[in-house]
Amino acid sequence: MDMPAANADILARRDAIVARLAEALPEDALISDPRQTRAYDCDALSIYSCPPLAVTLPRTTEEVATVLRICSDEGVPVIPRGSGTGLTGGALPTADAVVLGVARMNAVLETDYDNRLIRVQTGRTNLSVTGAVEADGWFYAPDPSSQLACAIAGNIAMNSGGAHCLKYGVTTNNLLGVTFVTMAGEIMEIGGPAMDAAGYDLLGLICGSEGQLGVVTEATLRILPKPEGARPILIAYDSAVTAGACVSDIIRAGVLPVAIEFMDKPIIHLTEAFVGAGYPMDAEALLIVEVEGSKAEIDDQLARIKAIAQRHNPTTLRESASEAQSKAIWAGRKAAFGATGQVADYLCMDGTIPTSALPETLGRMTELASDYGLRVANVFHAGDGNLHPLIMFDANDPEELRKAEALGAEILLLCVEQGGCLTGEHGVGVEKRDLMGRQYGQADLEAQMAMKDVFDPAWLLNPAKVFPLDMRNGRRV
Amino acid sequence: MQEPRDEAELAEAIAGLTEPVEIRGGGSRLGLGRPVQAGATLSTAGLSGVKLYEPGALTLVAGAGTPLAEIEALLAAEKQRLAFEPMDHRPLLGAGGEPTIGGVTACNVSGPRRVQSGACRDALLGVRFVDGTGQVLRNGGRVMKNVTGYDLVKLLAGSWGTLGVLTELAFKLAPAPEAAATLTLRGLSDAEALGAMTAALGSPYDVSGAAHLPGAEPRTLIRVEGLGPSVAYRTGRLARLLGKFGPVETEDDPASVAAEWAGVRDVTAFADRPGAVWRVSLRPSDAPGFVAGLGEDAAPEAALYDWGGGLVWLLAPETDAAAAAIRAAAARLKGHATLVRAAAPYRAAAGAFQPEAPALAALSEGVRAKFDPRGLLNPGRMRG
Ligand SMILES: Cc1cc2nc3c(=O)[nH]c(=O)nc-3n(C[C@H](O)[C@H](O)[C@H](O)COP(=O)(O)OP(=O)(O)OC[C@H]3O[C@@H](n4cnc5c(N)ncnc54)[C@H](O)[C@@H]3O)c2cc1C
Repeated sequence: MDMPAANADILARRDAIVARLAEALPEDALISDPRQTRAYDCDALSIYSCPPLAVTLPRTTEEVATVLRICSDEGVPVIPRGSGTGLTGGALPTADAVVLGVARMNAVLETDYDNRLIRVQTGRTNLSVTGAVEADGWFYAPDPSSQLACAIAGNIAMNSGGAHCLKYGVTTNNLLGVTFVTMAGEIMEIGGPAMDAAGYDLLGLICGSEGQLGVVTEATLRILPKPEGARPILIAYDSAVTAGACVSDIIRAGVLPVAIEFMDKPIIHLTEAFVGAGYPMDAEALLIVEVEGSKAEIDDQLARIKAIAQRHNPTTLRESASEAQSKAIWAGRKAAFGATGQVADYLCMDGTIPTSALPETLGRMTELASDYGLRVANVFHAGDGNLHPLIMFDANDPEELRKAEALGAEILLLCVEQGGCLTGEHGVGVEKRDLMGRQYGQADLEAQMAMKDVFDPAWLLNPAKVFPLDMRNGRRV
Repeated sequence: MQEPRDEAELAEAIAGLTEPVEIRGGGSRLGLGRPVQAGATLSTAGLSGVKLYEPGALTLVAGAGTPLAEIEALLAAEKQRLAFEPMDHRPLLGAGGEPTIGGVTACNVSGPRRVQSGACRDALLGVRFVDGTGQVLRNGGRVMKNVTGYDLVKLLAGSWGTLGVLTELAFKLAPAPEAAATLTLRGLSDAEALGAMTAALGSPYDVSGAAHLPGAEPRTLIRVEGLGPSVAYRTGRLARLLGKFGPVETEDDPASVAAEWAGVRDVTAFADRPGAVWRVSLRPSDAPGFVAGLGEDAAPEAALYDWGGGLVWLLAPETDAAAAAIRAAAARLKGHATLVRAAAPYRAAAGAFQPEAPALAALSEGVRAKFDPRGLLNPGRMRG
């Protein structure tokens, strides 16, 4: 992955640019000492990092607009940042760019249960949005595994999902409105408290645009009353093909679980060694299916799911009967990334495939991994076909890193070939940027880039992401 | 009228256009929006047919000209459906024609289930379309989760044929419910009805419809759908919860429940009554005050509340003063008002859609100029 060379003219004007920002912002809203900007050199794709020109941490939308106006005027690129948990280098700086972090903007602005919405500043973490309404029996549905740390800002920019989006949808389905600042520093309201807005669906376009169209400072989010209860069932099979068939039958039967998670043998063994959740070690594939409702509703749904599962001869079938048992069933799944991180460095892929292509894709992935001599563990949202292959490697060995990235790219292209896509919820960032031409043609990408031309004609916002550098037809790189 | 037989022919036809065209699906919704200023018509009828249907993956891909009825029948046979419950505009508009899936998508048509399952745009997974220069473009795909690049799928849904001509659409489907029930409260004022709908939607009982039909004999309707035992349980709970608003009647005959909600969805109460029909989207709790406060000029002859109050249908006088009053009141509440049915000159003058704030309007104009630089597709439909 190549980043464009830093603009020498901007680097030469560094002190003047920093001085201008310093004059316009409160003292603690600007960091320019390279020792203190270290924390902003990378996101969770930490194999790539670069010190930015400066970091700004505004507290208000007006301050955000000030930063953008100055940078626009100076021709300086801006890298919007939430909590930096992105997995694709979306918040990776360049040396000639100013990082604009919204982490200090974390207030709840309005809680409105009658209208089932909450308005927050976007630096607020995902989990603390639910935290603000939980005691009153409400929750915010999209639940990325990183929810303790990731910010609503990043969730909107990446259109993040989570384990429960099978029923509740992803960020874009739960977003009603935003306060949005363009690169020119213009503040606008898009969407709002109503369920739709007049004109084109600009809100839908902004959500998932990876910080390239504007900076989102406030968000109106849909909240939901908490279900009466939830309980999972664990189903294990001696083959991934059978597990895939079971998923398809559950969906066809008209039961709509909130989550169907899939774990393969390598990840079962890794998590078992890490947390000892009591998973069956002989299983080739394990499903965790969770349903919601009252006790009687849960019993009815689980009975139906059990009947379907049994038709496929499971090696283990374990229905949770208590809070403690539910926790145990989820424990391994929740620890999957941590467990993998204990034994190796890993790259987390994020392709999506049609669920019907599950068995073939998994088979081909195993072959690819053995061709590369690398270990791959699989844990994913099976209900919606969103795969998370974890490619294990040694980051201290440049050759292994190269191999791991090459394998990752092949896996993603396999997803595309199966009728799927490069990324289901993590975004393109820099990680998948150069694969975009394999999913879309030049004209398809031109249509997307044309949107950036409308919102940010000088291409100053997060410029080196999403679109392959050589497919930009002379647009700024 | 040009009627290309496939996407390639359509692309050729658009590339060769020398004058504006009106885009026509099945012709059932041509009366929506501002009247189009075009001398020619381009039909998508030739782009008909289901390309892929995988019930086990809840996925459907169909040509834009495919009749909605054909899709609904196909899904029903597998006990599935489109979750967003698209409204049929024909009764209200007094229109004929056969609604197509392309028309549904271009107008982002949704129904009462919006409160639970989202709008058409939320179920739309991918689009293929031809832009105003004749280029074939695609965005999204057929998979359930996809953040690969910008989401033009949402942008195309509800773009009223002004950004491109849709040729193929992929949808996420939902299981058809095993059972459904309607709970009815009678005689509530608009404000009381809002309270009842809010209580129901704020409960954990997964309500899939909340509407209020005022009038001489006001009725407030709450719908639940799902597995049989679950519907029975939730109906009982809701009846108890809503008891404080008055006696609650329960109907669980599938045909009656379906007919009742089709009436709400299609606003059939206004179908044969003269007057302009407005669709106002706003914060639900503002709805009764909005209707009551419209003032003499715009006093509606009738109103209907859907989406728990978030969607208000008005039957109002076809006067300039009424249009101005409705638009101003909606804007004050951060909502927006769409003129759905009126004589063509009135729609042309009042505009069908609430004007956007100037900064947003400029962005929208910029977007349109990129997709249809010659301004040949449905000119005038969204704005004059
Ligand atoms: C352990 C782990 C588990 C994860 N699990 C999931 C998961 O289950 N599902 C999932 O979807 N993701 C997951 N992620 C990925 C990541 O957490 C999400 O992408 C998250 O939304 C990023 O949020 P953030 O605030 O950290 O954003 P950042 O990393 O700071 O930024 C992400 C992107 O958003 C842009 N951005 C940030 N703030 C703004 C703003 N104010 N305006 C405009 N653009 C902005 C940035 O420029 C960047 O492109 C996981 C990550 C980790 C490390």
